Amino acid sequence: MFYREAGQYKTTYAADMAIFPIRQDRFGVALILFVAFVIIPAFGGPFFLNTMMIPFLILSLAGIGLNLLTGYTDLLSLGTGAFMGVGAYACYKLETAFPQVNILVWIVTSGFVSAAVGVAFGLPSLRIKGFYLAVATLAAQFFLEWCFSRVPWLVNDNDSGAIEVPNATLFGVFVTGPNATPTTRYLVALTIVAALAWIASNIVHGRIGRMWMAVRDMDIAAQLIGIRLLNAKLLAFAVSSFIVGVAGALMVFLWLGAAEPAAFNIDLSFEILFIVIIGGLGSIVGAFFGATVMHLMPIALRALPPMVGLPIEAARVDQLTTMITGILIVVFLIAEPHGLARLWRTAKQKLRVWPFPY
Amino acid sequence: MDLLHAVFVDPVAQMISAPDLLAQTVWEGFVAGVLYALIALGFVLIYKASGVFNFAQGIMMVFAALTLVGLAEKGVPAWIALGLTIAVMYGLAVGVERLVLRPLVNQPDIILLMATLGVTYFLIGFGELVFGGNPKSMITKELFLPSGAINLALFGGRVQLQKLDIAAAAIAIVMVAGLAVFFQKTRIGRALRAVADDHQAALSVGVSLDQIWVIVWFTAGVVALATGIFWGARSDVSFALQVVSLKALPVLILGGLTSVPGAIVGGLIIGVGEKLGEFYWGPLLGGGIESWLAYIIALVFLLFRPQGLFGEKIIERI
Repeated sequence: MFYREAGQYKTTYAADMAIFPIRQDRFGVALILFVAFVIIPAFGGPFFLNTMMIPFLILSLAGIGLNLLTGYTDLLSLGTGAFMGVGAYACYKLETAFPQVNILVWIVTSGFVSAAVGVAFGLPSLRIKGFYLAVATLAAQFFLEWCFSRVPWLVNDNDSGAIEVPNATLFGVFVTGPNATPTTRYLVALTIVAALAWIASNIVHGRIGRMWMAVRDMDIAAQLIGIRLLNAKLLAFAVSSFIVGVAGALMVFLWLGAAEPAAFNIDLSFEILFIVIIGGLGSIVGAFFGATVMHLMPIALRALPPMVGLPIEAARVDQLTTMITGILIVVFLIAEPHGLARLWRTAKQKLRVWPFPY
Repeated sequence: MDLLHAVFVDPVAQMISAPDLLAQTVWEGFVAGVLYALIALGFVLIYKASGVFNFAQGIMMVFAALTLVGLAEKGVPAWIALGLTIAVMYGLAVGVERLVLRPLVNQPDIILLMATLGVTYFLIGFGELVFGGNPKSMITKELFLPSGAINLALFGGRVQLQKLDIAAAAIAIVMVAGLAVFFQKTRIGRALRAVADDHQAALSVGVSLDQIWVIVWFTAGVVALATGIFWGARSDVSFALQVVSLKALPVLILGGLTSVPGAIVGGLIIGVGEKLGEFYWGPLLGGGIESWLAYIIALVFLLFRPQGLFGEKIIERI
């Protein structure tokens, strides 16, 4: 009844191709942004921001990055964790070498470093496809992980082998490091994630996005209609690694505060891949849904037994959580193999024609 | 110049000057390769029959070994424990087929891959819940696996062969031969090959896909058990063993996803190449290069043959 576009006329091509063509959608997005920027920081406690909202945003961003590669271009990558690591280590090196420069500049620059590494490891994708490519990207995962733990230059010869985030300020306010408040870190993360999600959304709606989707649907056919596969695939690797790298930098600088090489291991790659698949391949909003499920579900599962008063020891809870996560993944895949984004679309369609079935 | 010398001349000089050390390294690589090949074999069996890239193969190996050891710790005699473990693997095969594969039939490959990752998570949680997270030692004596080592005088030096490794290689060879006979000579084997060739054609001549999938997953489970016993005997039985299974992936793509001989040859190439690389070139890079060298070797091969050494040629049509 309320979600209906009757009477909204589109008079220009630009209006027709807008990311949110329907007024109610624009209103909804504005509302979500208002809640995210004003309500949550005003009322959210440090625990809520630290363990739920900040990781949720960062994992969503990584999900968007991987989705550009796997969902839009059909290049399956299992090296996401390592590319996040590249972003994090690059940001750490740059920030400790030139602390006087604005931290935001370094976060963005570290994205470019990650993009360069991504292009290098994306080169085999021109010849190798499918699962063969997935295993080839594992080469990136293990090689980069090895670099993080074996090259002391990357951690500034730190004895612990870990990177620790220095205090950095933005307009006189502490943004990263132990002195930054959760609210500041949340707002910075939110701004960057919102901006990058907006850019990614614009890319996939435009010429580049269509090029990627043509390659996804059939790369030889795409080549025949004049798409250069070399450019398309490497561009997908570059943009995807850029976003993933920024997500990695944010993960260490705004969420964890310090990280060891093991933080970027293959489990992280799989977690991001799950976010993409459960959220929906080829959907930007899906990454947010997927991150909600994959990050908040274990937290909820862990919080559940104490809430209902079941006395279970912590180790047991962890094991049960792993088990139930596995079951839920299979259940999600069986219930909706196209991901939560598809459910969302179906729900919107139902709402539009309500009270009629079609 | 120094660098070129260190990379190309020095390792070769080392190899020539100490041939016994070279033989020892090659033998260790060979054994590791055989065990990688066994894991890869489990992958290939399932991929051929159902097109599922089964990530759970590694955890199936750990789970099988844990079940065996766990039962033996409860006081069950070794042979009965072995039988029970095989029964558990059969139950797992039926469960996976019923609850995961059948509802997901005809879905894209990546969805099935994710589903096997879900199975992996489940088995990790379940295994830890039932057997605890502590490493256990394999019941080698009860299974009559040999221990100790044979010293061979070779090339004026001495090469040490663990009896356990010899047994592992022997059993791997017997198993591969058995599987080859099973595939070529039996009715079920023919049905398996038919399914591997073309699902729909196999269905149309009356091969039951459900049954075949259970058989394949069960076979992969038994292979996993054998692998688990030997890896478990070489180190402890723990969830860390799962990492070893990731080493089977380069073996897999090197040999070709659909080829049983490919898994064996790929395993040997990776196993020997990795040990030689680590031993002779590893120190140049600060060691630990074993973790990624296998992938680089596989990648170099793939650049020349994108379908692996023995994989079916990929023909693309518009």
